[in-house]
Amino acid sequence: MARSLKKGPYVHYKLEQKVAANVEANKKTVIKTWSRASMITPDFVGQTIAVHNGRQFVPVYVTENMVGHKLGEFSPTRSFRGHVGSKNKGKK
Amino acid sequence: MARIAGVDIPKQKRGVIALTYIFGIGKSRAEKILAQADVDENLKVNEWDDDQIGRIREAVGTYKIEGELRSEVSMSIKRLMDIGCYRGIRHRSGLPLRGQRTKNNSRTRKGKRKTVANKKKATK
Repeated sequence: MARSLKKGPYVHYKLEQKVAANVEANKKTVIKTWSRASMITPDFVGQTIAVHNGRQFVPVYVTENMVGHKLGEFSPTRSFRGHVGSKNKGKK
Repeated sequence: MARIAGVDIPKQKRGVIALTYIFGIGKSRAEKILAQADVDENLKVNEWDDDQIGRIREAVGTYKIEGELRSEVSMSIKRLMDIGCYRGIRHRSGLPLRGQRTKNNSRTRKGKRKTVANKKKATK
């Protein structure tokens, strides 16, 4: 179910602060976060966010198209490398 | 024979049903269109006169249908794949997008079963 519009998009408050600080200082430092549920707002565009996938931080460069998605969508938590015997599969 | 929205030639059927042959028009939209064009739903397509066809064409024209709609759909899928989000990845690998199980079933997305030769049977 979609989130109520009344509440507005969810962004973890600390992440929001860090992004705002980055935007203000015109910096592009990588921001580490565990907050996969945070929505990407237009402020994020151009920033690189390192999103935790349970094991490591996956760097995500945010483009305009990504606005409205959640950070976790860009940091896969499973790595399927293909079944035994199936060839030319399992890249990454 | 009526030609509405390019190539679609539904005939011999009730107006509401015939209109659903157009990609992007289902039952409820068909009802709406016929109401807007002031044509009885139960009228067969070959019973429409030119005047009614004109009004129906006009009403159909207000919706995004056929090629335009198809290209919109494929564009949004392409967008998902380009930004590399979870749904895009699932589209790329031809698996269901919405968290369904893939141990069995999901044959619509995965296509026909690919049997693996010499797959070991589970031993007790």
